[in-house]
Amino acid sequence: MSSSTVVPFNIQNGDEMTQNVKPLLHEIKHALDSLIETGKSTIIDLRSIPLAPGEEDKILNTLGQGEVKAQLNALGLSEVNETQYAGVWTVTHYNDEDQIISRFIEVTTMPEILCSQTEDIMAAYSRLAITLDDIVEDNLETN
Amino acid sequence: MTINKDKSRFDMTLGETLRSQGISRRSFLKFCAATASMMAMSPAMIPKIAHALESARRPSVIWLSFQECTGCTESLTRAHTATIESLIFDYISLDYHHTLMAASGHGAEDARKAAMEENFGKYLLVVDGSIPMGNPGYSTIAGISNYDMLMETAKGAAAIIAVGTCATYGGIPHANPNPTGAVSVGELIKDKPIINVPGCPPIPVVITGVLTHFLTFGTIPELDHIGRPKVFYGQSIHDRCYRRPFYDKGLFAETFDDEGARKGWCLYKLGCKGPTTYNACATTKWNNGTSFPIESGHPCLGCSEPDFWDGGGFYKALSMPTENITKTAIYTAAGAVAAGVALGAMNKSKKNSATKAHNKTTIDDLEK
Ligand code: SF4
Ligand code: SF4
Repeated sequence: MSSSTVVPFNIQNGDEMTQNVKPLLHEIKHALDSLIETGKSTIIDLRSIPLAPGEEDKILNTLGQGEVKAQLNALGLSEVNETQYAGVWTVTHYNDEDQIISRFIEVTTMPEILCSQTEDIMAAYSRLAITLDDIVEDNLETN
Repeated sequence: MTINKDKSRFDMTLGETLRSQGISRRSFLKFCAATASMMAMSPAMIPKIAHALESARRPSVIWLSFQECTGCTESLTRAHTATIESLIFDYISLDYHHTLMAASGHGAEDARKAAMEENFGKYLLVVDGSIPMGNPGYSTIAGISNYDMLMETAKGAAAIIAVGTCATYGGIPHANPNPTGAVSVGELIKDKPIINVPGCPPIPVVITGVLTHFLTFGTIPELDHIGRPKVFYGQSIHDRCYRRPFYDKGLFAETFDDEGARKGWCLYKLGCKGPTTYNACATTKWNNGTSFPIESGHPCLGCSEPDFWDGGGFYKALSMPTENITKTAIYTAAGAVAAGVALGAMNKSKKNSATKAHNKTTIDDLEK
């Protein structure tokens, strides 16, 4: 196909297509309200809402970047960012090939995935104990 | 936390298997979050999924491929989301899959028989491809006709997952004039739960989603009237299509290179089968969530519906009553969410009469 016959195809421009951007931002505002009033956290799955190309970016741009930017290295990368609105976080999970596998907006004081998990803490305790045992044994041998 | 090293892989729960591979609880939670998202479940379900999967036991799976193109297996194994599908796929014990297994000939058939005996009443049977009833010789494996192999293997299955439109509704082999007398799994087996996962091919995460659901809840997911899990097939492409506001406003692309096509207007008049097609493409999307056909400017072909191949042409607009389509769209737009449902119903009920009076096809050339 010569370049002159390429059909310009642009569906990113123009106004909001699905009109889901504003209702979603309002939902976040309500969730923030209930976090203040009752301490209840809310998670919104961005994949569950029909969004046109470009609309997800619009939501993320509106929320912006706040004080916290965390990266997890757990079965691929995950990014956990607090937006410029404290209490509103974006959690993006990637796979090993850096493709997004899920994206959530969490309205909470701290997304659960950032907290150390009990099972991991227990495993860490065992590992540390073994390491210390090894150190003690090494010391005995060298003395 | 201790792991019982004496346990064989078979005895270990999914949680134990993952931990023995050095996968942290945090990684597991991430996996559960992605799973909830792919299964279109509320994020509030994430802790429940985590709890159930933790203690899930490794199921034996026998996969039979009949009259098919291997596209369904390709769809699943070419999915590069190594962290989601493969976690589940590695976890199941895939005891027979003649395309993927190393064994061949008698060795392969022995593996199938052994898995059936050991796990009788408990294994999952996955089938892709249709079954030829015209002449058993049209499709055989190790000299066994597809029909005989299906009936024999189905006996001890806990449930059957029919993968792809060929296994679920006959698919392309069943298309007019159906030279091999192809039928679906559901037409032959009546005494087992059958989960239909149609699509040509199905979206990979839908296949693993059904497996995950089985592992998570130990049950089969809620199905619609033609056996499809409602969680993935509960809404039409049209219900979830981002071009829907254009449909509602009556703004349609008339050709593939007109002003409307460039502006991303609705593809209804170019033959889009979205209003009568139930599948997860519009939200789950393809190629690891990159996009779906309508996003690339092509109408939905309706591949997850029975007889999609004989639907009268991919580029022919769905049969509509003779009134002006724009008027219809404006009328239905008043019903917002109900519009897609109404249109689907209208399309089905008036299809026959409308087909006769139909003259809305815009790109006949493509059909010539
Ligand atoms: S007809 Fe097709 S392109 Fe138009 S809104 Fe429905 S699904 Fe989308
Ligand atoms: S958009 Fe339609 S034709 Fe394409 S894969 Fe999805 S259901 Fe099948």
